[in-house]
Amino acid sequence: MTEFIRKAEKVWEEFKDYVPTYDEVCEILEKEVVNIEDAAKLLNVEDKNSILLMASKAKKLTRENFGKVILLYAPLYISNYCQNGCVYCGFSCRKNYKREKLEFNEIENELRAMKEEGIDSVIILTGEDRIHSPVDYIEQACKIAANYMSEVSIEVYPLLEEEYRSLASAGVVGITIYQETYQKEDYKKLHPFGPKKDFEFRFKAVERALSAGFHEACVGPLLGLSHPKKDVLCTLLHAEYLLDRFPKAEISVSFPRVRSAGTDFVPKFSVSDKEFIKFLIVARLYLPRVGIVISTREDARLRDALIDVCITKMSAGSKTTVGGYVAQEEEKDAQFEVEDRRSVAEVVDSIIKKGLRPEFTNWVRGVGSL
Amino acid sequence: MFEIGGKTLKSRLFVGTGKLPDYSLIEKMYYEAGVEVFAVAVRRIGPNTKHTKNVLEYIPKDAIIMVNTSGAQDHKEAVKIAMIGRELTNSNWVKVEIEKDTKYLFPDSIETLKACEILVKEGFKVFPYIYPDLNLAKELEQIGVEAVMPLGSPIGTNKGIGCEVLLKPIINEIKIPVIIDAGIGRPSHAAKAMEMGADAVLINTAITTSSDPVKMALAFSKAVEAGRLAFEVGLLKEYEYAQASSPLEDFITG
Repeated sequence: MTEFIRKAEKVWEEFKDYVPTYDEVCEILEKEVVNIEDAAKLLNVEDKNSILLMASKAKKLTRENFGKVILLYAPLYISNYCQNGCVYCGFSCRKNYKREKLEFNEIENELRAMKEEGIDSVIILTGEDRIHSPVDYIEQACKIAANYMSEVSIEVYPLLEEEYRSLASAGVVGITIYQETYQKEDYKKLHPFGPKKDFEFRFKAVERALSAGFHEACVGPLLGLSHPKKDVLCTLLHAEYLLDRFPKAEISVSFPRVRSAGTDFVPKFSVSDKEFIKFLIVARLYLPRVGIVISTREDARLRDALIDVCITKMSAGSKTTVGGYVAQEEEKDAQFEVEDRRSVAEVVDSIIKKGLRPEFTNWVRGVGSL
Repeated sequence: MFEIGGKTLKSRLFVGTGKLPDYSLIEKMYYEAGVEVFAVAVRRIGPNTKHTKNVLEYIPKDAIIMVNTSGAQDHKEAVKIAMIGRELTNSNWVKVEIEKDTKYLFPDSIETLKACEILVKEGFKVFPYIYPDLNLAKELEQIGVEAVMPLGSPIGTNKGIGCEVLLKPIINEIKIPVIIDAGIGRPSHAAKAMEMGADAVLINTAITTSSDPVKMALAFSKAVEAGRLAFEVGLLKEYEYAQASSPLEDFITG
C-alpha cells in the first residue's frame, strides 16, 4: 500500500523538469481526465496565464461537484500533552509549554461557546500522549461533543482499529491525520523520538479508521517539511487510493504550510502563495470530487480568494489553544499561530459576499450510517 | 397539467436545492419560474444555527418537497433517511438515491429496488433514481413506484441526454411517468428530453450553480414547456432528402 509513494516518486523523477507551455496546459485541461503525469507537469507551471486558466477549470469542477456551498467547522484542542519530538511543532514535548488538559465540564463549556458562535461541526484534537489523553478520555469528549454538534471528527494520534470502532460508536464520523511528509528519510529526521517515529503505523491509521466505520477522512502533508511537490503528488495518489479502496467514504485533502510555533525550526522548503495556490488547483483538477480543506493557518485574503476556486470546507473562528473558546485570549501556547482571526460571523459574511452559501451541517446526526 | 404522485402539477420542471448559493432563491423559483417540486437532501436538513436557517423554512407552503435519500449507501440507510425525511418535512414524496461510490455517484440498482419495495409498503410516494435500465424500470413499476427517474448522463456532468438509446425504450414501455434526472446541462437538453416523451425533468447543477439560478430556472421552464408541447403535437420525421408536400398520387396513376 505504500506503492503509490513509489509511483509518485517515479512520476516525479520523470517530469520534475518538465514545464508545459500554455498550449500544452490547454491540451491537458481539455482532456476528460487529468492523469498523474499531467498533474506532475501542471505542478511545474510558472506562467501566470496558465495558472489562471487552470484556476478557471478548477472552479468549474468545484461548482459542478460541490455546488455553491462552503462547509464550516472549528477545531477543539482538548489536551496538549505530547510525547513526540516533532522538531517543528509547538506541542512537541521538548517545549516548556504549560501542559493542559480539559476536564469534561470544561469541554462542555468550550462546545457551548463554539455553538453560540454558530459552529455545528467540530474536530477534537489532542497531542500524542496515551497516559494524559487516553482513548477513553477522547471517547468521552467525543460523546459530549456529539450532544452539541451535528458532526464530530477527530485529529488525534493514530489508534488501533478496535479503538476507532469504539469512537465510531461514540458518534465520531471523520478522521483527519496528516502524514506530515510521505518521504520516509525526512520523516525520520523530523520525528526523532516518541511514538510518532513509526511512519507505517501513522500512515495506515486512515485505513484502520475507515475500516472501523468512519466515513470521512482528510489526509495531507505539512508543506515545507520535505520536497513540497513530491508530497503533493503523494497526497493526490493517497486520496485516490483511499477512494478506490473505500468507495463509500468522503475523502478530503488539505495542504497546510508549516508555520512558526515558538520553535526555532527553519523549514527545509518554503512554499510561496503562488505555489500553494497552484497545488490546490492541481488537486482539484486531478481529484474533481475530493473535498479540499483550508484552515485558519492561512490568512483571510488568501482564503477568501480560494473559496471561489477550489475549497469546499474551511475552519472559522478557530482557537488553537486548550480552552481557547471560553478564555478568548491570545494564543501563547498554541500548536500553530492562527492567521485568519476573523469571527465565525465575519467568515460567514465574506462567503455570502462571494455568492456562496455557508453550510454548518454536512450530515445531520441520525441520518444514514451515523 | 399532469398527474403525478397523487398531485396535479402545472410545471414539469423539478429542481434540486443542495447546490444553491442562497436558499431564498427557492421562493423566487416557485413564483417566478413556476417550479412546484423541490428535491431536498435529508442529510442537509440541519438544525438552525446562529448564521443559517434550515432549508425547509425557505420552501413555500404550497410547493412539494421531494425528500432525497442521497448519501445512503444501501437500502437500509435509504429507508431510514426516508423515514426521517418524512418526519421532518411532512412530505411522503421520496426520491430514492443510493450510491455506493463517491467518485461517480452511480445509482445502485439492487439496493434501490430493495428500498423501493419497503418504502412503497410504508406508504411513500416513491421516485427511484436509476440507470436507464428497462428491466429495472419494469420491476419498479410493478412494485408500485410513482415514477422512474433514469439518468440522462452521469450526475453533475451537464452532458445532456447521453443515454438516448437506452432512455427511449423506457419512455415507450413504461406506463408510469418517466422523469429524466441527472446530466441535463442546458435548456435545449431538457427540451430534447421532453420532445422524446419524458414526463418531467429534474435539474440541479445546471440551475443552482449558474450565475442567476432564478432566470436559469425560467429558461429551463420554458424549454420544458416547449419540448412537451412539441411532443404532444408530434414531431415530424427527419429525412435525408426533400419530401413532396402536395398529394400528387391521385394524378400519377400507373
